[in-house]
Amino acid sequence: MPLLEIKNLTVKFPSRKGDFTAVDDVSLSVEPGEILGIVGESGAGKSTVGNAIISLLDPPGYVSGGSVWLKGERIDDLDENLQSAIRGKRIGMIFQDPLTSLNPLETVGAQLIETIILHLKLDEKAARARAVDLLNQVGIENAEERVDQFPHQFSGGMRQRVVIALALCSDPEVVIADEPTTALDVSIQAQILGLLRKLCEDRNVGMIMVTHDMGVIAEVTDRVAVMYRGKLVEIGKTDDVLYRPTHDYTKSLISAVPRPDKKVDRFPLVTYIEDVTERPDDMKLSDMWLGKTRDYEDFDGPMLTVENLKQDFVTKRGIFKRNHKYFTALKGISFDIKQGEVFGIVGESGSGKSTIARCVTGIYEPTAGDISICGADLNKLKDKNRRNYYRRQTQMVFQDPFSSLNGRMRVENIIAEPIVFHKQAADKAEVKKIVDELLETVGLGIGAARKFPHEFSGGQRQRISIARALATRPRFLICDEPTSALDVSIQAQILNLLKDLQEELGLTMMFISHDLPVIRQMCDRVAVMQSGEILEIAETEALFNAPQHAYTQSLLGLMPKFRH
Amino acid sequence: MQNENLSLYQDFRRRLADNDIWYSFKHTPMAYISAIAGLTMIALAVFAPLIAPQNPFDLASLDLFDASMPPSWMDQGDPRFLLGTDDQGRGILSTIFYGLRISLFVGFTSVFLSLLIGVSLGLISGYVGGRVDSIIMRIADVQLSFPAILIALLIDGVFRTVLSKEIHEDLALYVVIFAIAISGWVQYARTVRSSVMTEKIKEYVQAGQVIGLGSARIMIKHILPNVLGPVFVIGTLHLALAIIIEATLSFLGVGLPPTTPSLGTLIRIGNEYLFSGEWWITIFPGLTLIIVSLSVNLFGDWLRDALNPKLQ
Amino acid sequence: MLTFIAKRLIQSVLVMIAVGLITFALLRFVGDPISNMVGQDTSVAERAQLKEDLGLNDPFVIQFANFAKNAVQGEFGLSYTLRVPVSQLLSERIPATLELSILSAMLALFIGMPMGIYTAIHKDSWLTKLFLSSSLVGVSLPTFLIGILLILLFGVVFRWLPTFGRGEVVDLGWWSTGLLTWSGIKSLILPTITLAIFQLTLIMRLVRAEMLEVLRTDYIKFGRARGLSMKSIHYRHALKNTLIPVITITGLQLGSIIAFALITESVFQWPGMGLLFIQAIGNADVPIMAAYLVLIAFIFVAINLLVDILYVVLDPRLRTTVGD
Repeated sequence: MPLLEIKNLTVKFPSRKGDFTAVDDVSLSVEPGEILGIVGESGAGKSTVGNAIISLLDPPGYVSGGSVWLKGERIDDLDENLQSAIRGKRIGMIFQDPLTSLNPLETVGAQLIETIILHLKLDEKAARARAVDLLNQVGIENAEERVDQFPHQFSGGMRQRVVIALALCSDPEVVIADEPTTALDVSIQAQILGLLRKLCEDRNVGMIMVTHDMGVIAEVTDRVAVMYRGKLVEIGKTDDVLYRPTHDYTKSLISAVPRPDKKVDRFPLVTYIEDVTERPDDMKLSDMWLGKTRDYEDFDGPMLTVENLKQDFVTKRGIFKRNHKYFTALKGISFDIKQGEVFGIVGESGSGKSTIARCVTGIYEPTAGDISICGADLNKLKDKNRRNYYRRQTQMVFQDPFSSLNGRMRVENIIAEPIVFHKQAADKAEVKKIVDELLETVGLGIGAARKFPHEFSGGQRQRISIARALATRPRFLICDEPTSALDVSIQAQILNLLKDLQEELGLTMMFISHDLPVIRQMCDRVAVMQSGEILEIAETEALFNAPQHAYTQSLLGLMPKFRH
Repeated sequence: MQNENLSLYQDFRRRLADNDIWYSFKHTPMAYISAIAGLTMIALAVFAPLIAPQNPFDLASLDLFDASMPPSWMDQGDPRFLLGTDDQGRGILSTIFYGLRISLFVGFTSVFLSLLIGVSLGLISGYVGGRVDSIIMRIADVQLSFPAILIALLIDGVFRTVLSKEIHEDLALYVVIFAIAISGWVQYARTVRSSVMTEKIKEYVQAGQVIGLGSARIMIKHILPNVLGPVFVIGTLHLALAIIIEATLSFLGVGLPPTTPSLGTLIRIGNEYLFSGEWWITIFPGLTLIIVSLSVNLFGDWLRDALNPKLQ
Repeated sequence: MLTFIAKRLIQSVLVMIAVGLITFALLRFVGDPISNMVGQDTSVAERAQLKEDLGLNDPFVIQFANFAKNAVQGEFGLSYTLRVPVSQLLSERIPATLELSILSAMLALFIGMPMGIYTAIHKDSWLTKLFLSSSLVGVSLPTFLIGILLILLFGVVFRWLPTFGRGEVVDLGWWSTGLLTWSGIKSLILPTITLAIFQLTLIMRLVRAEMLEVLRTDYIKFGRARGLSMKSIHYRHALKNTLIPVITITGLQLGSIIAFALITESVFQWPGMGLLFIQAIGNADVPIMAAYLVLIAFIFVAINLLVDILYVVLDPRLRTTVGD
């Protein structure tokens, strides 16, 4: 008899356009001491399965069919009182965002003690002792002291440990972890995953690990279930599914994961996605407006030279300037990018990599240092026409596809704005023609022009964002984490598109990412950053094969174990 | 060309059918009932000279023999005056139509003025930041220490002191509009400012900067349309409040004079006759005021929920 | 924490100075103080002498300093129309206004808060729908109309309750109260309800909105996932987090009750400060207007400061920062 078993579970969300089936006839089971991964892209219904097990579906969702069994006892049809007796006591839950999972007004101790007393009926003193003990077990030092602190006094990783301690309060038989490491940096992610694995083994707990990340799946799970649009398409031993997938969706999903071990030309065609229209083969960029000779002057030397760039941010304003408090995001960095090269910048959050992009494009005014693009220092250039001439040579693709497009403008106007502003077209008809061409180039039909951004998916929006960046016919394209908000299969498409554009247009590119495998697939040279400094610059292959700096070595060591 | 117009129209129809707010409007009885009630009131006000049975300002037509008549369905009622007459023989129904006209005029103009001041200051404050922001927000803080009605009273009081009685009477309407407008800008400014602060760090604004657009263009073309949603909600609820403030000022005797009576003035006039049993002089204008402010409030309340998808 | 309070204290003083400047400008520049004080037959020389005596020829800063010094001591000069010191007029009227305001505030708070909590927790009950729709009516009813309707119903039709004045008051020397006589209490009922209704509905809607917001947070969901009882989730975890933002706005609302009282006072001929102020506006009696303004601002600023301190006490995030 399995520890936890789900039989033919179906979950529906009613809406005015009819019922939406979030989970469709899913069956799976978990054994004691085992970690079962549920993997899928956004909208696959994987989190909904987790919520349905403990009957905490977000309204208006409801279970329309199937059953949930815990040690042979049916639990989904119990009344609310019996349900809450199971929740927390026999089934623990860990959510994604540790920053919002804890009540900010109570000490972590108070929250632990309340839960312990509720489930184990201990007295206050024993409960406190257990709380301290639990904090110790999840790796929090000085637990005796920290138990009386408030959540905001813990860092993100530490808070996730507290959340895990809360889930373990009453020695549950099953733990459901919903994207437990998604909000954390890689180094902390590895620690938390290790902790979860160990707790499972020590306590013989069965765990369901819901995640979108193949690396996490490869790292900790024993078995894995793959979900696609509410359906379970494949389930089996992790090794079997990852290395010998049988279902087409699993195959295309796995082929879309960037390989950390070697560079490939393109991602093999990702077949299982509907919202793509690949550019027709007979469309050559060289025949179109975009590919026509650009009116730029030739110059020698690197595309971008950055010297001693320093950037301070005011964190606290005093009355006078000298009373301001500063945070130094960039501590005097130097590098250059050759013409036609794809230059990668990699680092964890807060390393200053995005700040560089914003200094180069003139969004921030650097505190000190020189930046010259195409041999000219824009900050020293007084003539407005010349400034615009240089400015339109550099464009940027942003990270967040949802906030990088103005939701109140039609797509055609979003893309037309730079063309009109930089007077790249003679009249309205020409603008319209260029916009349509650009939309086709990035793989959206011209039908997209009259729509608003909210009518598109994340990947499609990122394509619009790329079309806008191309609309000034730039020579230098900066991509700031262009795919980190996207599903892995969409990421593969966007990376393919960027590669094609770079090759066909001979673009110089600065590619910023926290994701080492992505960097390996995209870049010729890479700079590794940590807390506002560049630690190492090397050719990509050299860096991955023989990293020099200790930090780079540790980053590479943390790369997902998943191999193709 | 005709073809293009047709496709634009179809585009509009498709969007309307797809629009959540329109859907919510059609399926919320409170929303469309209040909209109909509100529009009816506006129509009555606009067409008052055409539909009112008498012109209460035409002194020649007034007859003191008609004074203080009860509504027509009561004993001693007169079919000419459906809702009775006041102490000077003016038909209550007609005075309500004309009073509504003045109340709504004051409401709409003062809200518009308030919105204009508040949105501009909020936009500048949020986008420019730094010292300009501090100054504008400190002024807002100080003003927020006083309820709107008190500010309006104060401004009205100052004009009363500065202007001579005759001039004040002539200008009363504009003084009241100005007073209400000034008393209400803070809410717009604060809301717009905080929305601008969240919008201006979004990447679409940075994209505009990378293209090379100037600050003014980014502010007006990109940020402004994105912060207007809550402004409409505040504007609607403020309209109800502005009408109430005007009525209150007039009721207190410091708003509009009896020569240009608004609903509040009518209630004030009638209030003196409450104890002598002539309740209709107060109650009918009062009910009208309630219907107006209730329908505007109901509509605003629905609009707020509809624009805030989190509340579903 | 101390620096936070010190900062707020400085801010409060700045607000009071700003209000002082406005009222001073009002007193000094709106209308001619001299001609308000003397008769038609006063000669030009006498006027000039009076101007000199009153210090009206002094530099602006000194005049303002004198004004501020007097204002702190409660001196605002003579009323133009009543020829009595403004301080004396106000101190006679303060008890009437405060008794009315505080009773209304308590009524609004003790009924509005539970109603807000109830409507947030029981989202779909019929009582919630009733509360919500009546609250919209409450917000839409102008205060003076509520007063008039109550007078019509309980004063004119049923003749149960008095409709104007304070009834019999007991003079305690420094305070005159209506709470010690039967007629005083009866007189308080209608004005108190009139003043409370608007605030009550506001507080109820505010508490409801904040609580719904809190109930949607992750930590409430995580609490449910740990099996905590609904009682603990609602009254321990959600309520505390709801109260923090509610306190600020409620504090401001209750402060505004004192100003709102002037409408109620006018409807019920209640002999409070507000009625005095309204009459002063009608008569352009600037000293009374100025004194009333400063007093209201002071009460407001004091409440604000209190609310800020309460905030710090309740929210641990403000008491300690990360890394402490």
